[in-house]
Amino acid sequence: MRILALDSSGLVATVAVVEDEQTIAEYTVNYKKTHSQTLLPMLDEIVKMTELDLNTIDAIATSGGPGSFTGLRIGAATAKGLGMALGKPLIHIPTVDALAYNLFGTSRLICPIMDARRNQVYTGIYRFETTFWTVEGQMAVGIDELVEKLNVKGEPVVFLGDAVPVQRAYLEEFLKVDHIFAPAHMNRQRAAAVGTLGVSYYKKGLTETAAEHRPDYLRLSQAERERAEREKAAKGC
Amino acid sequence: MSEQKDIFILAIESSCDETAAAVVKNGREVLSNVISSQIELHKLYGGVVPEIASRKHIEKINQVIEEALSDAKMTLDDIDAIGVTYGPGLVGALLVGVAEAKAIAYAKNLPLVGVHHIEGHILANFIENKELEPPFICLVVSGGHTHLVCVKDYGTYEIIGRTRDDAAGEAFDKVARAIGLGYPGGPKIENLSKEGNPEAIAFPRAKIEGFQYDFSFSGVKSAVLNYINGCQMKGETYVEADIAASFQKAVIDVLAGNAMHAVKEYGLNKFAIAGGVASNGTLREAMREACEENGIEFYHPSPIFCTDNAAMIGVAAYYEYLSGTRHGWDLNAVPNLKLGER
Repeated sequence: MRILALDSSGLVATVAVVEDEQTIAEYTVNYKKTHSQTLLPMLDEIVKMTELDLNTIDAIATSGGPGSFTGLRIGAATAKGLGMALGKPLIHIPTVDALAYNLFGTSRLICPIMDARRNQVYTGIYRFETTFWTVEGQMAVGIDELVEKLNVKGEPVVFLGDAVPVQRAYLEEFLKVDHIFAPAHMNRQRAAAVGTLGVSYYKKGLTETAAEHRPDYLRLSQAERERAEREKAAKGC
Repeated sequence: MSEQKDIFILAIESSCDETAAAVVKNGREVLSNVISSQIELHKLYGGVVPEIASRKHIEKINQVIEEALSDAKMTLDDIDAIGVTYGPGLVGALLVGVAEAKAIAYAKNLPLVGVHHIEGHILANFIENKELEPPFICLVVSGGHTHLVCVKDYGTYEIIGRTRDDAAGEAFDKVARAIGLGYPGGPKIENLSKEGNPEAIAFPRAKIEGFQYDFSFSGVKSAVLNYINGCQMKGETYVEADIAASFQKAVIDVLAGNAMHAVKEYGLNKFAIAGGVASNGTLREAMREACEENGIEFYHPSPIFCTDNAAMIGVAAYYEYLSGTRHGWDLNAVPNLKLGER
């Protein structure tokens, strides 16, 4: 089985081809250029380098959110366009699950944190026993709330994600549990992790059509939030 | 004469609040034209909310494209090139169409042709006027744009006049809000105007010193707001229909005046209108009369090709395709793309 995987949910743009037990290619760039300019040229490079016929892939796995709203849509539109044109299904992988999967086999709790601004993070809590477990599924919460959850659990934890540089000082100050930070080769989105989870989703039949796919933002737009607040306030009086 | 191969373009448009796709044959024949409008959703907010627009685009885009193909009784295998709007517009909205178009073109190994949204509006005139050829003068009026353009040749545009402040459609929206009509303002002002007297109130017709083709609509908009305030302060009632009709007349007078002046000065005898506001029946009638008086041929698209659509993008993409334009897989959305920029 051959899975094409994409992730443009954060600052990283990453594309991979994963076949059952091995990664055939992965191209990951963490640089300021916009995903709109990089994602498809990166795929093109992989296709040329590995002499890949795109018609031979079984499905397209994409990091479905949360993340940068625009970044998610660039990935989604790319996956939806490829899926429609190639007649292949899509696989929606939760962004935070794929991030956590980078740290396969650790005995610590895994806690990816993605910067969601205003001291909020997109996060989740995961653990490996014999398999990969979701302790608390992906969510958007305040960093204070996350620290409280981890302190209550009282277990050693490893952090990764683009909110680490932003929140490191806060974590050092308020966390009461043993904690470490993942190193450079595994602390950001990697499409190979999206693709590896994609393989297991595909085997379980967890696919969707290209038309069905839409990002899972975990958050309403600002206009919708403000409107909901106004309506709530109006009902209150 | 040798038989030319037919060229079929699949075009995608997502620059604002319509998700649209179309199949166009040889640049002039529309085989399908699918538009998924979000307007009901944005009415709740009194205008287009960019993030909501972008979210709707990504939800609808595949269905819209698939419907455009099936309406044209085609598959992607019958298509010769993919055309897509890459600016100007809302960046998040544009990016959905651009990323989708690139992925389809890449997977099917098809040429990718990026199109300027306003060039699309102008060339919408080709759909129903098979005989129309450049050069001609075109007035583009919409919610975001007011441009007087000389179309010198296919792909060659000279902007000869533009608004200094509000777009014409924007002024319609603001005045509609002031007299309590809501969003979108254009059709609501036009309807109410039918019951009003266009000569009732003398709103100003702005001229810009030294720039005979430029427009300004913030003055007339302020004059309407001042008029309403003045009436309220004095405890006088006012007739909304008269305000709407007099405002609309003031805007149309300026648009028609500058346009006719330009057509004559450029020594041309063809004039076209385009853009969402060009679907305003009173504007079209006024332009027709002005053209008749001046012995000028008048062209206009049907309303469905005035408001945002992908058929017009297919037309523009066809002429770009013929001229050899091919965009790379790094094509980006350009929210402030200039007309005529290549």
